[in-house]
Amino acid sequence: MKEIILIKNGELALKGLNRSTFEDVLVKNLKYRIKKCGPCEIKKSQSTIMVEPKSDDFDFKAALKATEKVFGIAAFSRAAALPKNMDDIKEFGVPYLADALKNIKTFKVESKRSDKKFPLGSLEISAEFGGALLEKYHHLSVDVHNPEAVVVVEIRDNYAYVRCGQIKGAGGMPVSTGGRAEILISGGIDSPVAAWMMAKRGIQLAAVHFASPPYTSARAEQKVHRLLSKVAQYSGPIGLHTIPFTEIQEQIAEHCKEEYFTLIMRRFMMRIAEKMAIKEHCGALITGESVGQVASQTLPALNVTNSVVEMPVLRPLIGMDKDEIIDISRKIDTFDISIEPFEDCCTVFTPKHPKTRPELSKCIEAESVLDIDSLVERAVSGATFMMID
Amino acid sequence: MNGKCLQTMIYLDNSATTKPCERAISALNSALIENWGNPSSLYKLGLEAENIISSVRTEIADMINAREDEIFFLGSGTEANNLSIIGAVNLMKRRGNKIVTTSVEHPSVLNTCKYLEQQGFEVTYIKPESDGNLSCEKVLSAVDEKTVLVSVMLVNNETGCIFPVAKIAEGLKQKKSIAIMHTDCVQGFGKMPLDVTELGVDLLTASGHKIHGPKGIGFLYKKKTLQLKPIIFGGGQEKGLRSGTEAVPLIAALGGAIDDLSVTDSFNKIKRLHAYAYNKLSAIDGILINSPKENSLPFIINISVKGLRSETLLHFLESKEIYVSSGSACSKGKGSHVLTEMGLSADRTDSALRISFSKFNTDNDIDLLCEALAVAQNSLRKKGY
Repeated sequence: MKEIILIKNGELALKGLNRSTFEDVLVKNLKYRIKKCGPCEIKKSQSTIMVEPKSDDFDFKAALKATEKVFGIAAFSRAAALPKNMDDIKEFGVPYLADALKNIKTFKVESKRSDKKFPLGSLEISAEFGGALLEKYHHLSVDVHNPEAVVVVEIRDNYAYVRCGQIKGAGGMPVSTGGRAEILISGGIDSPVAAWMMAKRGIQLAAVHFASPPYTSARAEQKVHRLLSKVAQYSGPIGLHTIPFTEIQEQIAEHCKEEYFTLIMRRFMMRIAEKMAIKEHCGALITGESVGQVASQTLPALNVTNSVVEMPVLRPLIGMDKDEIIDISRKIDTFDISIEPFEDCCTVFTPKHPKTRPELSKCIEAESVLDIDSLVERAVSGATFMMID
Repeated sequence: MNGKCLQTMIYLDNSATTKPCERAISALNSALIENWGNPSSLYKLGLEAENIISSVRTEIADMINAREDEIFFLGSGTEANNLSIIGAVNLMKRRGNKIVTTSVEHPSVLNTCKYLEQQGFEVTYIKPESDGNLSCEKVLSAVDEKTVLVSVMLVNNETGCIFPVAKIAEGLKQKKSIAIMHTDCVQGFGKMPLDVTELGVDLLTASGHKIHGPKGIGFLYKKKTLQLKPIIFGGGQEKGLRSGTEAVPLIAALGGAIDDLSVTDSFNKIKRLHAYAYNKLSAIDGILINSPKENSLPFIINISVKGLRSETLLHFLESKEIYVSSGSACSKGKGSHVLTEMGLSADRTDSALRISFSKFNTDNDIDLLCEALAVAQNSLRKKGY
């Protein structure tokens, strides 16, 4: 008996003529993600995607785990692929469901018959298979209105598929159907969540991180790598540029008013991120900002930092509470890494009394003493690259 | 440092851990290759493994003037401290529920005491004086008839200050206290002459990796007459006090490291190095010495560099391949509880560095450290504005 994964795609079904393109991307992403599980074939057929193992070495459990993290999938299930005759369907299908039916009392059978040449009709298939289940599992009874479990028998072109229950997928859109964007990642709780949220909408990620040795440590950089590799389980590989930021921070601290430190620093980050984004063919920046969370995230402050870039800045967390952000970070398993206590470049020079209602003109005046272009240029040219998978 | 490291790295964090010496490495290798038998097995392969353990046991016993049946091997200094403290209070719990210790012990003592507080024990934590020293009188006056355990470290791991363990043990006897006396000697063993009868303690703990041995091995001295209760149960190894198949290769390597020690020679060498460092460092403007000048083990010197955060400075020195620690290596990212308990200002504890020596360090290492510190003072941004 062969076991396969049956996948239902989510919002894709809503796409009109583009649908097939979206499905192709989903299949490609899925292939990339489960190729490490062993030899298998991934097929599109009749609005369903099927993963069919091609060897006994195929790690089915790992494949299910990986599938759970692929965006664009609404739900999926494991199913037995059986020869298309009622005797085999019963002989192999009934024991196949033993585990799935172990702890429930009521069920119903739903049948679908896309191969109309199959000798039995849907109702007859359901009745016969349901009867076989009742015969084998005495603790079960049928409830067609409110069953605890729905057993599905599907007769398709090559096989009959038997399954019970389904697993919720990651939802969203297949990554890269939404273009590319550059995430500014710090090491805190918010930015990995923001990255994940945009990847969920089909955006392929590139990342930029600012490091200020010796004020920040190698552990802080490694933390960012670990965070991104958690996100990459959903988003696919992420190219990370690490920017040497020490000189800029020292220059700001040396020459600019303390209260504007964070704002001027963030303006530098945005400028550099936009330059990296253009190099990386990205159409937008992504930040983990949320209104009012810290002094640099008030509306006037966001205006000051936003005004140095022309690209759209996506801020998926903008209206979220910290609790809601933390819930997602726990779900995607970044929270425990984020709270490890290493200095990142945002905390090193933090002023005692930052401006919460900064004026753009004053900020521009404060930073005008710096040679902005050459500082940015040096930082960009010192970037180091690493692919995170 | 020997070999390749000599040219590249200046390792001044020897209280965190030390570079394993050649003899430890070769003892470890040969035990793994030749003596991999289970010491409890009855045949010759087992006996050979057992003999290795016995010979290291004897070596340690001789070093600290104990009997060999008073030495027990276990997994770390931390485990030895846990066993000492929990084992001792379990033994004594019918006679009292009070523990006296200091507020500047290693976390393996402090957190074990915190755990016992939750179990209903009453713990008194004696603060050090502002110079880092511990008052023997303050410890003794906290001891009463309900006190069942006194635990005081011999050498503080952050300042190097030597605590009056022998005087406290003597005082307990004069008071006719029932308390068991434990001392954490992780920072003292192998660095200064130790004699358990002179110290007058019932329990003494130490670890292998602070003396150029491997990580994962520690030992406990337990006075013969004390019936300590185990905290790990199993096959009854180490006379039932620490079950679990003995780590023969690690014990062999500890033996190798001990063979390589010459306690008095290296003590004198480090004492001279310490004096050199002390004078040079205290001559630098903006550097304050947090270790007491007298009465501290010369292997450790704790300083504060005005206005620079420990972590920043540490990473700056790292970029020059000079390795020191901020506070102790066990409290990554946290300010030093030891310096805070001494009553030093937050600015001073935030900028503290611990420099700790081994026999491999030279005057030149100190010169390069001082040069690097001067560069840091001129180039790094001071904290705040």
